[in-house]
Amino acid sequence: MSDTIKDTKTIRPGGVDTLDPEKIKKELLSRYPAKVARKRSNQIMVNKKDDTGKTPVMGANVRTVPGIITQRGCSYAGCKGVILGPTRDIVNITHGPIGCGFYSWLTRRNQTRTASDADDNYMPYCFSTDMQDKDIVFGGEKKLKAAVQEAYDIFKPKAISIFSTCPVGLIGDDVHAVASEMKEKLGINVFGFSCEGYKGVSQSAGHHIANNGIFKNVVGKDDSIKEADYKINLLGEYNIGGDGFEIDRILDDCGISVVSTYSGNSTYDQFANSHTADLNTVMCHRSINYVADMMEIKYGIPWIKINFIGGKSTAKSLRKIAGYFGEEEFIQRVEAVIEAEMPEVERVRLEVKKRCEGKVAMIFVGGSRAHHYQELFKEIGMRTISAGYEFAHRDDYEGRRVIPDIKIDADSRNIEELKIEKDDDKYRSRKTEAELAALKAKGFEFKDYKGMSVDMENDALLIDDISQYETEQLLKLYKPDLYCAGIKEKYAIQKSGIPMKQLHSYDSGGPYAGFKGAVNFYREIDRLVNSKVWDYLEAPWQTNPELSAKYGWE
Amino acid sequence: MLLRHTNKEIKPRKALTVNPAKTCQPIGAMYASLGIHNCLPHSHGSQGCCAYHRSALTRHYREPVMAATSSFTEGSSVFGGQANLVQAINTIFTTYEPDIIAVHTTCLSETIGDDVNQIAIKAVKDGKVPDGKHVIHASTPSYVGSHVTGFSNMTKAMAMYFSKSTGTPNGKFNIIPGYVEPSDMAEIKRLVKEMDINPILFPDTSNVLNGPMTGKYKMYPDGGVTAEELTATGDSIGTIALGAMASADAARALDTKWKVPCQVQDLPIGLAATDRFIDALRKAAGVSVPDSITRERGQLLDIITDMHQYFYGKKVALAGDPDHLIPLVEFLLSIDMMPVHIVTGTPGQDFEKRIREMTAHLPYTVNVKAAGDLFQLHQWIKNEPVDLLMANTYGKYMAKDDDIPFVRIGFPILDRVGHSYFPTVCYKGGMRLLEKILDVLLDRLDRDAPEESFELVL
Ligand code: SF4
Ligand code: SF4
Repeated sequence: MSDTIKDTKTIRPGGVDTLDPEKIKKELLSRYPAKVARKRSNQIMVNKKDDTGKTPVMGANVRTVPGIITQRGCSYAGCKGVILGPTRDIVNITHGPIGCGFYSWLTRRNQTRTASDADDNYMPYCFSTDMQDKDIVFGGEKKLKAAVQEAYDIFKPKAISIFSTCPVGLIGDDVHAVASEMKEKLGINVFGFSCEGYKGVSQSAGHHIANNGIFKNVVGKDDSIKEADYKINLLGEYNIGGDGFEIDRILDDCGISVVSTYSGNSTYDQFANSHTADLNTVMCHRSINYVADMMEIKYGIPWIKINFIGGKSTAKSLRKIAGYFGEEEFIQRVEAVIEAEMPEVERVRLEVKKRCEGKVAMIFVGGSRAHHYQELFKEIGMRTISAGYEFAHRDDYEGRRVIPDIKIDADSRNIEELKIEKDDDKYRSRKTEAELAALKAKGFEFKDYKGMSVDMENDALLIDDISQYETEQLLKLYKPDLYCAGIKEKYAIQKSGIPMKQLHSYDSGGPYAGFKGAVNFYREIDRLVNSKVWDYLEAPWQTNPELSAKYGWE
Repeated sequence: MLLRHTNKEIKPRKALTVNPAKTCQPIGAMYASLGIHNCLPHSHGSQGCCAYHRSALTRHYREPVMAATSSFTEGSSVFGGQANLVQAINTIFTTYEPDIIAVHTTCLSETIGDDVNQIAIKAVKDGKVPDGKHVIHASTPSYVGSHVTGFSNMTKAMAMYFSKSTGTPNGKFNIIPGYVEPSDMAEIKRLVKEMDINPILFPDTSNVLNGPMTGKYKMYPDGGVTAEELTATGDSIGTIALGAMASADAARALDTKWKVPCQVQDLPIGLAATDRFIDALRKAAGVSVPDSITRERGQLLDIITDMHQYFYGKKVALAGDPDHLIPLVEFLLSIDMMPVHIVTGTPGQDFEKRIREMTAHLPYTVNVKAAGDLFQLHQWIKNEPVDLLMANTYGKYMAKDDDIPFVRIGFPILDRVGHSYFPTVCYKGGMRLLEKILDVLLDRLDRDAPEESFELVL
């Protein structure tokens, strides 16, 4: 390490605020080869908000430099693992050698619940064509066709989808042609995804490919209108650790009917019918905002950004939904639910806050959680002094207002953008122009997301696609009380003596969404940052190595 | 039911794998590379493979697993990954400062046909490899073999890259421990040393993937075989390779290149296989077996005799790697258990042949399959239920559905600890295996016992 920053141990616990973030940034870049440092410097931002809430430009959604130890995965992981992983009744066949399918098998903790064993649930299964060298040499389409046929013969699913891994595109297998042929032959929906791992720069490309595929091949296939009031879709909620169940419980109490969830605890039929909802609520902006846009254009469903992470955010989001529908009785019902739930949340929050107040956290995950979880920390008096996304885009940092300015580079260009037009048969205005205007006049915000940066302190360090090296430096320099990231980072952080919380898998914990989730999270953070285990790092003979001249018992 | 779509009716499958019992080559190569001191594994392909392999190894060991990637884009997949790899080598040596980068390929770079050897030479020419540092590589296409093949290829690569012969024997023995846990590698080393034999064990993940909690993170932990040791393998008296699939290629390559004679043994799992290993060591090194080892053997045998009634006649279903299953099945047979269904995902004719030979004397024919999968195993179990299932963590879905006592073996184990600290090889490991088997069998006995015959003493 260079000597820009001397012994920081003496600075803490005097406070992280004595550290100059610009110097830290320099420090983080100091070891890289010049070219790499230049690139990384566009992805490390010292936060500065101006009066309008404008924040510095983040060089997000760009390639990771080869050789950098990155958190990121691939487009296949985003497509098959993240988006389609939680849908239980589609047989998802990975077309490729065995590994890709194997690693995405049950490792993401998406929970699902069926009414009975008679319902289809393929989530505990892994289906693969397990390509061999002859398939690579002579092409794998024949094997793929046979695999789809066998899957149909054995399982009789209502739909089969096919996911392409890296070699597939290269050898020229046309998964879409195979899919349409088999669809015709079997009489069930069969569709393919060109989500080869080299597409785009991260999982984010795969989310897009998956959502486009669902939009093209499934949405709109079932027009039946559910008999219910207040019908919404919950977009970008993946039911990790039962988050979706807790949200469903609350929405149900409020009398809100969820037509579909993209894609936690979801089914094929939900997607097919999702265009009949009256409001789209977007949880993870990154993975799905474009679906909300497409549904608005094609079917007339307005969308709002909501966030069910944090007690207050949950209440706020419920009020937003209630405000959209606007009926007084409904608003009262939602208020009653909030009133019933909040006392327990407050009780635990205040108790935990006593022990966590003033501690600092860092969060480096995903495309929305790095932002959402700051709410929970705030609620117990903790500051998030550094954060970043693994695969987000500029708008997730700086807000949707920068979307028109985002440059489309070569890596984004190869991800298909669907041309969406109004569907004259199925389009239905959910609100009149006057109603919409009235809502807006009241300060109601449609399709808005202001991004993470504006919610963070000035001088906070925002780092996109953080590398292992930068992580280690941050730990050394800031010595945070808690670091949140994913499984690959987990143990290096913990070995450094710093408590670590996984915010992809929740370390087998959860739910953390909704009211009960907030309580779970407060308690979990209390456990982590106030644990005694960190006091045992040194053995007695390490803290006190002098040898006594006498034997103890003399 | 978790696996509610699995039923008794077995339909032939030629193209569809369901619930694999193997994974891909690079993860084995990455694991082997972690057994080299001061080495950073590097995945030459898109970044997803690397992320998956690191995640899987991390979940299994609950330890940091560092590896870099060439982060291919669409462009590199068309034009080849040379520029990516050269840049990666530069970035890695500058930023992460390992002594060695161990490159393995992925399906993508293999399909493109990248010549990693040429690229490594170019990186040296371009001055991207600092003096005294090394780039080694193995070709690991996943459409051939399995994770075991990848381990074997990288193990061979490290021996071939470093080994030299000075012409003066160094009095040491090369021991290739096979695709086993860090705890197993440590146990094998302990026994070899106990016999007064000086080993070069490679790869060696002990003290790498079972490291202590100290409050200080070391990117390159203390363990791992060193470059010097690998260099010296060419001067060793001989090589003992444990596990034919994972270790034989490296041993034979040293034999061919430096005339270091080799023997390929089964992994020392269970009584008889450990006996063969110890005996082979004794004969090769011309040493006598110390009483301490004979005593350990006797202790293992003691458990077998004491508890034989509980093993006798119990039907077992197994899934795992060929190198593990062969001695494990032999061990179960030796304590009079009855292996009935045996599956490995790894392809290869020898496996089925060896299992058939080993079980030929039984009054029934075992179901055995190489290049099989867990779906098939489960269907066999549905048709003929078993008293015990031994498999990796994925087995627990079958165990829960069909209420089968379950012992976790192999890779990955994602829901329990112990495998990185406590061996299952050699006599002590055999004792641990028996303890695990007895625990689940006797828990079941206790659980199901009517109150009148619920026993204090078993
Ligand atoms: S592409 Fe090949 S190397 Fe990569 S995860 Fe898939 S099977 Fe493994
Ligand atoms: S081969 Fe491609 S699709 Fe498969 S894991 Fe690797 S990067 Fe992802």
